[in-house]
Amino acid sequence: MRNAFAAAITELAAQDERIVLLSGDIGNRLFDKFRERFPDRFYNCGVAEANMTGMAAGLALSGLRPFTYTITPFATTRVIEQIRVDICYHNVPVVIVGTGSGLSYASLGPTHHSCEDVGILRCFPNLTVLCPADSAEVGPALEAALTLPGPAYIRLGKKGEPVVHESRPTFEIGKGIVMREGTDVCLLGMGTLVSVALAAAQELEHQGLSARVVSMHTVKPLDESLLADAFDRFQAVAVVEEHSVIGGLGSAVAEWLVRRDGLQPPLVACGTPDAFISEAGSQQWMRQQCGLTGPAVAAKILARLGKSP
Amino acid sequence: MMNVPKLTAIAARIRARVVEMSHAAETPHLGSSLSCVDLLVATYWGPLRVDPAHPLDPNRDRFILSKGHAATALYVTLAEKGFFDPALLDTYDTDGSALPEHPGLQCVPGVEAATGSLGHGLPIALGMALAARIQKRPARQFVLMSDGECEEGSVWEAAMFAPAQKLDSVVVMIDYNKWQATGRSDEIMALAPLAEKWRAFGWDACEVDGHDMAAVLAAVSREPDGSGRPRVIVAHTVKGKGVSFMEDDNNWHYRIPTADEVRKARVELGQPEVRA
Repeated sequence: MRNAFAAAITELAAQDERIVLLSGDIGNRLFDKFRERFPDRFYNCGVAEANMTGMAAGLALSGLRPFTYTITPFATTRVIEQIRVDICYHNVPVVIVGTGSGLSYASLGPTHHSCEDVGILRCFPNLTVLCPADSAEVGPALEAALTLPGPAYIRLGKKGEPVVHESRPTFEIGKGIVMREGTDVCLLGMGTLVSVALAAAQELEHQGLSARVVSMHTVKPLDESLLADAFDRFQAVAVVEEHSVIGGLGSAVAEWLVRRDGLQPPLVACGTPDAFISEAGSQQWMRQQCGLTGPAVAAKILARLGKSP
Repeated sequence: MMNVPKLTAIAARIRARVVEMSHAAETPHLGSSLSCVDLLVATYWGPLRVDPAHPLDPNRDRFILSKGHAATALYVTLAEKGFFDPALLDTYDTDGSALPEHPGLQCVPGVEAATGSLGHGLPIALGMALAARIQKRPARQFVLMSDGECEEGSVWEAAMFAPAQKLDSVVVMIDYNKWQATGRSDEIMALAPLAEKWRAFGWDACEVDGHDMAAVLAAVSREPDGSGRPRVIVAHTVKGKGVSFMEDDNNWHYRIPTADEVRKARVELGQPEVRA
């Protein structure tokens, strides 16, 4: 996904001379093409994310379209006050890009994990929160963010994520993308876990349940009409995200759900636990520990529906 | 550019109004507001190229009050400059007013950044400086910070970045009144020697008496020296400056003046007429 980001931002910068890229001493060689083509619009801001984020606000206040880019915890939770005050309170069109989100940097330990970022950032007024599912959604997400009058946060994986779109998808902020249709249960995948939701749908099919899968790339604003339809039509709705069960898409849907009238089918929340994962391990191993695999998600949904696999 | 006695008179008028506003709205930070008035006046009536008739002119210089708790000093300065009707000052900190205790972005014309949390103004100004360079605009950026504010890590992140990019359009003024909210700023943190710290970070640093209008005006008006170094003016000031019973008394970080104290302060400032 980071390669897709580098390619997309370079292409967009050729079309839009307001784009400025600020990097927090990361992406060695990744932005060589960008730097070569737009030397006055790339700044390596060093290991100084607070300054980088504040400068982005200053650039935006002057009419430019800055992007900040570094590993997710350093682009987000490290500088939460700069995001809140400099970017969101000023309501300026800065795009904050976190790379290696969730457990992408599993082996680097909890300092490099980010399973709380969405929960914190979606509290902030004016901020749009986007979690593209794969490299095919990255470019469209950037383009969509550039149409906003205010700030956006884009949560990326790292590299080599499964590609879930065969071609460039239609990407509209606040509108989930239906990946496959189904009639019994609805799985809402956030970001790179759309691939896991698709795998879970396969498992469920083996168990005789037909599953719809949606890429809920926009966590804020929520696609309320899609949610209303999902909770009206399906036996259960499941959220699958590489983010804490506190604060992420599952929480956002739950908040929406309890304000809704009437009886609702169950919401099944699949995310990372309310805990730091301090053991060493690969992203795949950590996902297994968290129940974030196709079979585990399918089993959780089946159990919630009282069906044994 | 106006002459020094006229600027000194403007500063006295601003101080008197600032004292009144603190009393009327019962808001703190009076000492911090009074200590930086001369820096504001020297900048606004000196080198700062802003036009109240065109407050959003993209080529304008930017002034950022990074020590947002001195909002009254900024508000009165902007009103004096003609950015908005001075009658609006009477609404300061009242319900629904455009003038809160910390300034919001464009809450009135002329306010270039929302401040109040310390350590944010300089990074924002550096972004504006980069933007001016990219857009090939002549704008300069003036940032007024407090000494206590220099304890924030973000200030030193920015301090390291600006010289690396040779952002010599930036001028930082530090209102070095030697006090922060609860004590001496040189005792709570090892702030001194402050100018040397900035110099070590690659800045063109100078020190001035922050109440010597001619000296401040000269320091803030100096053009970049061609070295690419951004400029920092460490202005030695007195908290509560201009009112004898407030000067260098840190109780006035939070104390609210009584009506009688307002009258005494106005007399000392040569503005004896008390507003209704």
